[in-house]
Amino acid sequence: MSPLRNAQKWLDERLEWDDLIAPLRKKTVPKHHLSYWYFLGGITLFLFVIQVLTGILLLLYYRPGANEAFESVQYIMTQVQFGWLIRSIHSWSANLMIFTAFAHMFSVLFLKAYRKPRELTWVSGVILLFLVMGFGFSGYLLPWNTLAFFATKVGTEITGQVPVIGKPMMIFLRGGEEVTGATLTRFFGFHVAVLPGLATLLILIHLLLVQRQGISVPPKLEVEWSRNPAAKREMKFFPNFALRELMAWYVALGVLGALAAIFPWNLGVKADPFVPAPAGIKPEWYFLFMFQTLKLIPPKVWFIDGEVLGVLAFGWIGLVWLLLPFFESDDPAHPKPWITGFAVIALAYVAGMSVYGHLAK
Amino acid sequence: MATHNEGINRSDRLSAPVPRRRLVELLLGGGFLATAFAFFYPVLRYLIPPKASDLGSDSVVAGHVGELKPNSGKIFRFGARPGLLIRTASGEYRAMSAICTHLSCTVQYRDDLRSVWCACHNGMYDLNGRNVSGPPPRPLEVFEVQVRGEEIHVRRRREA
Amino acid sequence: MSGQRHRGRARLRPCRKGPQDDGALASEVSRPHSMHVRFSIHEMVLRSCLAVLLLCTLGYSQTKNSCLDCHSALPDPLGVSQETFSHDIHAQQGLTCASCHGGDPTNDDADKAMSRKAGWKGKIDRAQIPQLCGSCHSDAAFMRQYNPSLRTDQLSQYKTSVHGKRLAAGDSKVAVCTDCHSVHDLRAPSDPASTVNPVNVANTCAHCHADAGYMSAYKIPTNQFSEYSKSVHHDALAVRGDLSAPTCTTCHGNHGAAPPGVDKVQNVCSNCHTFQAQMYEKSSHKKAFDAASLPGCVVCHGNHGISHPTDAKLGVGPDTVCMRCHTPGDACDQARAGLLSSLSQLDKAIKNADQVLAVAESSGMEVSEARLGQDQARDSLTKARVTIHSFRTDLVNQDIQAGLKVADKNLQAGQQAMVERNHRRLGLAVSLIAIGLVLIGLRLYIKQIES
Repeated sequence: MSPLRNAQKWLDERLEWDDLIAPLRKKTVPKHHLSYWYFLGGITLFLFVIQVLTGILLLLYYRPGANEAFESVQYIMTQVQFGWLIRSIHSWSANLMIFTAFAHMFSVLFLKAYRKPRELTWVSGVILLFLVMGFGFSGYLLPWNTLAFFATKVGTEITGQVPVIGKPMMIFLRGGEEVTGATLTRFFGFHVAVLPGLATLLILIHLLLVQRQGISVPPKLEVEWSRNPAAKREMKFFPNFALRELMAWYVALGVLGALAAIFPWNLGVKADPFVPAPAGIKPEWYFLFMFQTLKLIPPKVWFIDGEVLGVLAFGWIGLVWLLLPFFESDDPAHPKPWITGFAVIALAYVAGMSVYGHLAK
Repeated sequence: MATHNEGINRSDRLSAPVPRRRLVELLLGGGFLATAFAFFYPVLRYLIPPKASDLGSDSVVAGHVGELKPNSGKIFRFGARPGLLIRTASGEYRAMSAICTHLSCTVQYRDDLRSVWCACHNGMYDLNGRNVSGPPPRPLEVFEVQVRGEEIHVRRRREA
Repeated sequence: MSGQRHRGRARLRPCRKGPQDDGALASEVSRPHSMHVRFSIHEMVLRSCLAVLLLCTLGYSQTKNSCLDCHSALPDPLGVSQETFSHDIHAQQGLTCASCHGGDPTNDDADKAMSRKAGWKGKIDRAQIPQLCGSCHSDAAFMRQYNPSLRTDQLSQYKTSVHGKRLAAGDSKVAVCTDCHSVHDLRAPSDPASTVNPVNVANTCAHCHADAGYMSAYKIPTNQFSEYSKSVHHDALAVRGDLSAPTCTTCHGNHGAAPPGVDKVQNVCSNCHTFQAQMYEKSSHKKAFDAASLPGCVVCHGNHGISHPTDAKLGVGPDTVCMRCHTPGDACDQARAGLLSSLSQLDKAIKNADQVLAVAESSGMEVSEARLGQDQARDSLTKARVTIHSFRTDLVNQDIQAGLKVADKNLQAGQQAMVERNHRRLGLAVSLIAIGLVLIGLRLYIKQIES
């Protein structure tokens, strides 16, 4: 027997391996003109794995602490062999991952894959998106440079605007009243322990659900295929879809390498709390749409403070977003049109506001 | 994604001519190996600690015992800034920032004057970094010196 | 005087008139620091009540000072508010109005308080002010009781000054102690609000010296302040807050104020600009300027409106100083051109290296050592610019060459970093090719298993 078969037999004798992987053999992926969107989830997962790997490598040299963080990142960038590569890949992959996570979410939204019975997959996914943005926010501070310091200050300040619980939340996030070394330590803890733990758990749930329920198909197609089963088109997950996914992953790897080598991530200037904030401080691009919205809201709307209103509005929209599947109809033949409209507006708003926020001074 | 239902109904191997198969296997195998190398080589190099040991910006090795004669000084690098290491006439070590507080010229130790002097505008500092004459408005930042074995370690003063 | 009510404006009726009142009513045109405070009826009532209240409740002065009972509510020029006087350093030390003006401050009756018998001097005549101030401030034993480290030679210095000499000759328009130090709210020079705090000195001098009308009789320029305001010294002192920078009194003296004298200008400048002065001392230009009675440093740098010297001073443009005297084409002109080109050469070399290092750094390369080395090169350039004052091309070139060596070394380091950066890109290209191979292979494999 070939070595592969030997290994399988060995595992099967101890873990009932064949039974375990049997469903994987049968797993299929629907084939239609929109199937390409199915890659996004896998790419996001791949980028997450890249983050974990490069993150662990960075952990070997990074030192959390206001007086050492910046220097340790500088050390990684300049002294450690290929440190520049690992760090730049980590930073670029973070941005790419957030982008693909958003793209994956919007594709699920437009393909209406969130409808029954996949509501929980959606919910776990949205929570994962929030976690991913939390990863971005906490990780951004870790090099302890001026831009990150002030972006964190502004970001946590906005959190403090939430009525009632805002202030305690802000103090919890900052590890005190102000952004200090304590904030850095805390964010480090969130970034390397709390968030990875939660994310891993949710990813497992998310993947398990996808495994159990199979890949969804756009409603119109589902109606058509249930009427005419012969029209159904599928491909096996292993090896056909998996090989294609692997191609996508390799492309992503190539893009990451190119970005890291040609546009290495900036080090910036070490943060100094006593220096006034540079003009035009902006958060990272994935927060721009919210930031720009808050900037545009007038200081006082009716009797409510503008920023408070903005924060509350985003909170509400976030909640609706989370529970969106429960508003959708169960009948694939008659999906609710307002959700599609809502999705289009949301996409336009996020994209438009991000561009606006980027161009605005 | 060309034709429908790939792999569901047919056997999925040995349908291409042999040299074509060879080429594909070669490409795949070679490619995988090459990319695996491109991945693992940097990671392995990364894992090996670099020679320049990082003591953090808080502490550097400014010199070695015996390097400085009594009543002499030398400039050393402290992070991105120059520092001044002095060995006084009585043999003890002092260290301070070498950036003049007037207009940021690099100061030096004057053995004839037994003081720290700035060549740009004749600023003078004593061995405790205090500005004693000339234009400098503030003292020089003084560092802690610790001799460990053969090495002279200079460290930023710890705040509370 | 607590029962008195003041109605309307400047009426002295409630305080009984004394013989000096008429003179005191006339406003003093030449008092630079007169207080112009207009009182309404309400304000006067309020102020008098407040004054009384303050005196009663705070009692900030140990000694009783009945003068302020009335005078805190009187309008200019007789008014001294409690608040103003609280800032006065003499008041804080326990002196009262009577310490300078005489009279009896313990007496509430105006006539008795301001009586000749009690030693009341009334308004001090301007010509008498230095003597009055000097009566304490020149008495070392007396001043020791208050501040042992205060100098006591101000009066004797003042007598040597232009102001002092002219005052002795009968000119009462010149500055006396109170014109610069203010009066009734006299603060210590270290107080940022003091008129003689280094940051404010130029403004204080300018009160008279920038007033063309006031100075018309003296036939000296009145543009010094406007010139100084544009200068690099003013920028250092007033804008950057560098208290080591000079103001009027630094070069002219304060109590013994007088211009330094043409042949002594170099001495004054050399107090800070030691090296330039040392080099100038040994240079050919010193002999030449002294022989022509030219004021040394001022010839090229100006006196009040000293601007930041640039290399253009060595050029042939509008900022040039050399070509004001030298003929184009002569040996000196050629030397000048040589110096200018050397300086430009080093400046360019430094900027070039900086640029390469910046690009390397932003590409993620380690060049911090070279960046630090650039400071050394810049120091050499600064040194060369100082050595210009020796007017010797060989000395200047020494500094230039040293700087060029360092800049070149750093440029090499930067270029090395760029080579390393290109290696990275090569590595990237190789990896991308490998990835490309895998992608092609996968594509073919997929086609293969699906055909």
